[in-house]
Amino acid sequence: MNQIKAQEHLVIIGNGIAGVTLAQRVRKRSACRITIVSAESQLHFSRTALMYVYMGHMRFQDIVPYAYWYWQEQKIELVHDYVERVETSHKKLVLRNGPPLHYDKLVLATGSSAAYYDWPGQTLKGVQGLVSLQDLELMEANTAGIQQAVIIGGGLIGVEMAEMLRSRGIAVTMLIRDKLYWHNVLPEEEARLVTDHIRQHGIELLLQEELQEILADEAGRVRAIHTRSGKELPCQFVGITTGVKPNVDFLKGAGIETEKGILVNEFFETSQPDVYALSDCAQFRNPAPGQPMMEQLWYTARLHAEALASTLLGDRKPYQRGPWFNSAKFFDIEYQTYGTVPAVFTEQQESLYWQNAKATKAIRLLYDKATDKLLGINLLGVRYRHDLCHHWLQQGYTLHQVMQELPAVNFDPEFFQRYEEELLRQYYTRFPDRQPPVKHSTWWELRQRFGLFSDSTSC
Amino acid sequence: MPTAVISQTATTPSTTSQNVVKMVGLVLISIGLLGILVAAVGADYLSPVFTGLGGTAVFTVGALLYIWQSRRRKSPAEQNHGLWQQEATSRGASAWVIGFVLTGFYVLLYWFPDTLQGLIQAMEPLSQWLRNRPSDQWFLYGTFYTLAVLIMGVYALLKYRNSRYHIIRTISVMFFQLGFAFLLPGLLLMLNQPEYYFSYFWPLKYDYLFPSTMEYLVRDGAALGVFMIFWGAVFSFLATPVLTYFYGKRWYCSWVCGCGGLAETAGDPYRHLSDKSRKAWRWEVAIIYPILGFVILTTLFLWINSWSEGRLLGDLSGGFAQTYGFFIGAMFSGVVGVGFYPLMGNRVWCRFGCPMAAYLGLLQKHFSRFRITTNGGQCISCGNCSTYCEMGIDVRWYAQQGEPIIRAACVGCGICAHVCPRGVLKLENGPREGRYAGTTLISRDELRILD
Repeated sequence: MNQIKAQEHLVIIGNGIAGVTLAQRVRKRSACRITIVSAESQLHFSRTALMYVYMGHMRFQDIVPYAYWYWQEQKIELVHDYVERVETSHKKLVLRNGPPLHYDKLVLATGSSAAYYDWPGQTLKGVQGLVSLQDLELMEANTAGIQQAVIIGGGLIGVEMAEMLRSRGIAVTMLIRDKLYWHNVLPEEEARLVTDHIRQHGIELLLQEELQEILADEAGRVRAIHTRSGKELPCQFVGITTGVKPNVDFLKGAGIETEKGILVNEFFETSQPDVYALSDCAQFRNPAPGQPMMEQLWYTARLHAEALASTLLGDRKPYQRGPWFNSAKFFDIEYQTYGTVPAVFTEQQESLYWQNAKATKAIRLLYDKATDKLLGINLLGVRYRHDLCHHWLQQGYTLHQVMQELPAVNFDPEFFQRYEEELLRQYYTRFPDRQPPVKHSTWWELRQRFGLFSDSTSC
Repeated sequence: MPTAVISQTATTPSTTSQNVVKMVGLVLISIGLLGILVAAVGADYLSPVFTGLGGTAVFTVGALLYIWQSRRRKSPAEQNHGLWQQEATSRGASAWVIGFVLTGFYVLLYWFPDTLQGLIQAMEPLSQWLRNRPSDQWFLYGTFYTLAVLIMGVYALLKYRNSRYHIIRTISVMFFQLGFAFLLPGLLLMLNQPEYYFSYFWPLKYDYLFPSTMEYLVRDGAALGVFMIFWGAVFSFLATPVLTYFYGKRWYCSWVCGCGGLAETAGDPYRHLSDKSRKAWRWEVAIIYPILGFVILTTLFLWINSWSEGRLLGDLSGGFAQTYGFFIGAMFSGVVGVGFYPLMGNRVWCRFGCPMAAYLGLLQKHFSRFRITTNGGQCISCGNCSTYCEMGIDVRWYAQQGEPIIRAACVGCGICAHVCPRGVLKLENGPREGRYAGTTLISRDELRILD
């Protein structure tokens, strides 16, 4: 029986987006006692916004989405402490500073931290990743007054770090294993567009290059790095952005099965009764075919939390993620993706691709050649409506159906130039026997027709 | 916190030439300021026209050079770098100095205009050329105000240059300030017509529907005066509700209004200083609606008084009008409204005081097609939208729950949508049916900030 009772105590370790979303959703329909424990910060903050604090766009208090009064009024208790260990036999948490905490249900939402790959010199001063608030404080100290930095890894945190460092006038070199930036995710054209854009922002990219070792000066600080190909790059800071690993070390001896992360089923149940784990720190024992073992995004954290909340509230349903979506920003260029667009297409896949002459905007619609079914959408510098893209993918639209509704999907600001015409031209060239619709529906008509809204009362 | 590092080892020739341009700009700004100072205090020694008007011109050129160089160098996403780290934009010492100087200038302007004689004389040729009459403190103020909107308009155009929406909007506020609030009123005076601002309406320009103003317009303006009264009344009672129904409050507050024009240009570097707390919102509703009530009552009283020829209310209505004029018209909208830019943000007046904003806000909230749509479940709660909301709206509160933002205060400037790093927000006008409905892709809290 998963349902939490009113007199029971739900303890959540971790106040990231997964932990707080869970607390909020459970509180909505249950009067149980809820406590969130976090060693990182008293209040939940937006992890994805840490970069803006470093760049001076915001202060730390500005990236805190809910003020203190919110948690008080919601009767969600906040404990700012570190969990030394979990005693599942006594349903007890041992804290570093405060008294032990008893739980009836425990949710582990402890997140992840930078993954290191045993490089010589990786513990030197000036070498670090960027995940937590403490990492940001360390980066503030590590980059004070320096001139050159090297970033290892070409992913989303890597480019964030590059942007941060550039805002302080620090010269940045990125080491990227692939032949283009983020090419393990982006198809060649998109990856090239983004790679060029990053270079235009004064970042030096060393492609197909990896870290060999990090060299120290007399004071034990990083002085330079050696690359695989034998180059020596002088630098006073090394950013490690080669991925993250789940924070599970404190669970040793707790009797909770872990592998890379905490092993869970599709209900987020761990090997121990009344103990759940979700988001970055969790690892699915049996992921659905084609689905990853670990999902470590802001958005999936929220989806995990919503699914687990529903189970804890007595509506036991397995986690089923809907169509994939993600977004990011590379300096000036926004990125959105809906559905699945792999880096390399199979024989069965075909796409419509458009990009502007300046190479700052691109749209790709990927579809299945045999069935013409829409598989996914990649957007650079152009915004589409999430609700409508989700609807297309969920309903299994064909490319032809999509084209009927294409003009309604744009989400760019008013007065912006529209690019759907260009895509439609390509489409009618490729499918000459298709007829254009008499009249295109607007977003508002489609929203009404498909019921793509839910009533809300909170404004 | 260190904000900049002693540049990179190699300085390229292009950065050197950029620095030269910036330095020339700064030198011209300084010379211009000195000229203005000499005009203000040394009118007996040097012609204030030469030093004052000349200084203003030199200052303008210098400021434009500096702005051009420093804004163009930054890409769109870099425009807000360091705002919370630099003194001038984070309530540091220099922000307080600018705040005190601006506040002091307003105090002199309203209550001790004689102290500004040198500067008033400096504007004499411009006043004669434009209006065919001597310069006064309000002409001086109008000139400085318009220049501030134009110079900082260029700043806003460069800062938001990747957005057509902001380019058009900025040009619109520059146009209405220069044309409707500066040149046209001057031209009317030149033609011996009543001075009239076609871009200001009751209740912001509260005296435009006062009986005394109407009498004066009809007496001095004849047919044109009648048109002016017609224009004002139509805009206050017909055009405002209709335009607000279709486009929201923004058609006025961030496209036409002079106060909004200054806020969106000269005030832009201070937009993040507005208070987003729940307490601030409580103050806002506790102040702005009573002010709207105050101005409506005052207008009614004046009319009752005028119709009854003073028999019904005696001096009461005149007292109301004077009190409103002093506390709201001068103290609040001028001294506090602009003087406190560097401390409390650029929309203090618009948010807490302006009766027009209150009126438009009620229309926007209840009778409008306007809303800011949140794009599905895409919000990452980063807080850029709330931080850069000049009206102190906690935009993120709604965005992270996948809800549209419909708030009486929202002036529709569109900066929340511009600074959002995920493109989650969009200003749009749509059907009123289901206007408050959010996305289905995210489940929501049902909590209201203000109950």
